[in-house]
Amino acid sequence: MKIITPLGQYLLLMRLVFKKPENPRIYFKRIIQEIDSLGIDSLGIVAIISIFIGAVLTIQMAFNIDSPLIPIYTIGFATRKSVILEFSPTIVSLILAGKVGSQIASEIGTMRVTEQIDALEIMGVNPPSYLIFPKIIAAMIINPILILVSMILALFGGWLSGELTGLLTSSTYVLGIRFAFKGFDIVYALVKTVVFAFLITSISGYFGYYTSGGALEVGRSSTKAVVNSSIMILLFNLILTQLLLA
Amino acid sequence: MIEAIHVYKEFNGKTVLNDISFVFEQGKTNLIIGQSGSGKTVLMKCLVGLFPVDSGQVVFNGRVFSEISYGEKKKIRQEIGMLFQGGALFDSLSVEENVMFPLSMFTKQTLEENRERANFCLKRVNLENVNKLYPSEISGGMKKRVAIARAISLNPKYLFCDEPNSGLDPTTSIVIDNLISEITQEYQITTIVNTHDMNSVIEIGDKIAFIYKGQLWWQGDKHDILHTDNKEINDFVYATELTRRLKGK
Repeated sequence: MKIITPLGQYLLLMRLVFKKPENPRIYFKRIIQEIDSLGIDSLGIVAIISIFIGAVLTIQMAFNIDSPLIPIYTIGFATRKSVILEFSPTIVSLILAGKVGSQIASEIGTMRVTEQIDALEIMGVNPPSYLIFPKIIAAMIINPILILVSMILALFGGWLSGELTGLLTSSTYVLGIRFAFKGFDIVYALVKTVVFAFLITSISGYFGYYTSGGALEVGRSSTKAVVNSSIMILLFNLILTQLLLA
Repeated sequence: MIEAIHVYKEFNGKTVLNDISFVFEQGKTNLIIGQSGSGKTVLMKCLVGLFPVDSGQVVFNGRVFSEISYGEKKKIRQEIGMLFQGGALFDSLSVEENVMFPLSMFTKQTLEENRERANFCLKRVNLENVNKLYPSEISGGMKKRVAIARAISLNPKYLFCDEPNSGLDPTTSIVIDNLISEITQEYQITTIVNTHDMNSVIEIGDKIAFIYKGQLWWQGDKHDILHTDNKEINDFVYATELTRRLKGK
């Protein structure tokens, strides 16, 4: 019952979220605002993390590949594979679950405890749709772009650390990241990202929407949103990997 | 006109509203009064449709709220303006945007027309030069006035006010009370005010429902309430030293 009740509540909420909008023009404006708030504002943290993780990945690969039988360009190859398949889509999504998830849950939770959601409902607005739908759509649009930026910056970080530490030359690194490239890896990463974007925004929206009480409960909802969306990202990572790569 | 007909509501087996029947009249300021925990907020939330009633009916000018479709309920809600206890203004919008919100959501007017209407409503509640300020930048009394301006922006048929004076000083409370009363008469709307402020009762109580332990204990107007023999009403009305002294005189 402890899982079934919230799951049912979540599904009923999603039914309301995807009801026909009252005024599509307003919803479009809100999607643009959310793209800025959820996506563009996250660019800084995504960039910093991506560059550093890419750099660390390259150094770790270099130290672990010490057999003379393995060509040195394998460092670039392994860095690229790790970045595209797992680091950028999954780890960055987990970081976004923390940043964006807590932002959404606390924003909607505060609106709930200050009766702003009741005010929307009494006006005849469908609050789940007005508040959560633009966030879901915005994240599903902007997160894949963030992930593509993350991939580029992580590979750049890898190149930078290889150059600065003298572990491998630029040409060897570039050879490695171009070696046996499969376009489907990018598709796989983007599919995962879109699904994770939906999970982060809808789960955080759910916990925010059903906040009751005061400031303490808003904090609790925010924590629950981050924990639950992170767990769901890991679960769906496994499912999607099995479905798309196995 | 709004009618509550044998309204019954319980939470977790505990009866909160027990067989409430009352007619809230058009063009009058109808007050729901009672002690904290008596059930008046639950009654208001049932009337406005935020809580479904367990049995009984809430009727908006002949339309039974529990028996109509989702679309019709939304239409009724667009005829409702509500003033919440804390104002419930949208933090992320400026004062002007808050008042314009229902207009941009439900009308096909241009931005300029919406702005004109918002300015008219803000002027009506005696607020000027605050359009660009955010709710966090204005006082409690101003927030209430902005909330009233937002509530009347769509020319509502029904106005609900949940404890409009809470957190306000006596002078500002009277300003808000008078504003609610003036708007009610000016636009001939059905106004329902939930309060336990005796000043409001005496100032604007055209019709009063006294709720006691979830039941409609007494009904009358601002003149009747001072002369009733009902013990519970008297305990409520003359709860303070000041009112007892005034009664003595």
